[in-house]
Formats: sequence, structure tokens, C-alpha cells
Amino acid sequence: MTRKARIEQRLRDALTPVVLDVLDESSMHSVPRDAETHFRVTVVAAAFEGKPLVTRHRLVYAALDDELAAGLHALTITSRSPSEWEASQSTVASPPCRGGSK
Amino acid sequence: MRDEVKQRIEETVKANKVVVFIKGSKSFPQCGFSARVIDLLKKTGAPFVDVNVLTDPELREGIKEYASWPTIPQLYVDGEFVGGCDIVTDMAQSGELAKLIAG
Repeated sequence: MTRKARIEQRLRDALTPVVLDVLDESSMHSVPRDAETHFRVTVVAAAFEGKPLVTRHRLVYAALDDELAAGLHALTITSRSPSEWEASQSTVASPPCRGGSK
Repeated sequence: MRDEVKQRIEETVKANKVVVFIKGSKSFPQCGFSARVIDLLKKTGAPFVDVNVLTDPELREGIKEYASWPTIPQLYVDGEFVGGCDIVTDMAQSGELAKLIAG
């Protein structure tokens, strides 16, 4: 199973998202193309309703703690409640690489 | 994390209003996520202190434990953890970042 598939599964299990998009962006960074180190996730879940961003990101990180311990290096996270998502479907873009992923 | 490392982090974030832990330096960030946060902080015009975690492996791991936050960069204002790159980006767009730093 790819890390992308594992991330999807873990986020589904932990947060039952209504929208989930996981993108492997490792090829944009100074790592081998198949490194599975850099990901961008968009999660829309009722679990985020009324919670500050730090709490939302911590929920995402907590769901992925074993992946983070096993080489998942960077995550760009868009976390929205269903009502926020309805109002605006903008997501956070990852910044361009500066070569420091060591 | 050794007590000494924790103490050093605590002293740094309490002695300076705005502190950012990054990979590289303010003038030469070595990671895109760090570079974006530096860029956004510079745009506020407020002074801030940068700490390069790449020069100290103990600090690099320790800061993750300190904030219970697994990634770098990390922004602290008034001794409090604010967030990483995505959160700072969001706060810059909403104007919250400038308010927090000015407050």
C-alpha cells in the first residue's frame, strides 16, 4: 500500500471527512520522486467545526503520527468544516522547494 | 528532550516577542515552508528573531516536542506557539497575523 493510500485511510478512520484529497508532492522537492515524503491534504470534516486551526492541524497530525515517525516529512494542510467549505473552496498551496529536506 | 534544551527554547520564546524556528536563516531560508513564513513576517514590518534548527539536531527534535507539533517552521508570539506555515499563511491573509504581532 502506498503512503498516499495509508494517509487517506487513516484520515478517513479518524475524521470521517466529507471531502478528502491527498496529493503526493514529493516530486516537487529535493528527494527521490518516489520518496513519499511531502504531501498536501485537504480535509473537510464536521470534527473541525468551531475549532481553531492549531487544534484542527493537531487532529490531522495525530491521525498520521505513525507516518510522521516513519518518514512523512512535510504536510500542507487545508482543514475546513463543511459550512466553511460551502462558503469557499480555496485550499492552501504548498510553497516552492528550497532544497532543505534533509 | 534534555532539560537544558527545553530551558533554552523557553528562554528564547519568552525573551522575544516574535520568534520563528526555521530551517536556514532569515536571509537564507533552506526550506520553502520556512521561506514563506519569513516572507510573511517581513511583510508585517515588525522585528522578529529567527532560530535555525539545522545547526542543532537536539533543538530540531526538541522544538517538535516542546509544541507537540511535528513540523518546522514554528512561530511563537509572546511565548505562545501560534502555528506552522499553513496557519501563518491563513492568519496573514485574514490580517490576524499583523494584529497579533502588533498587540
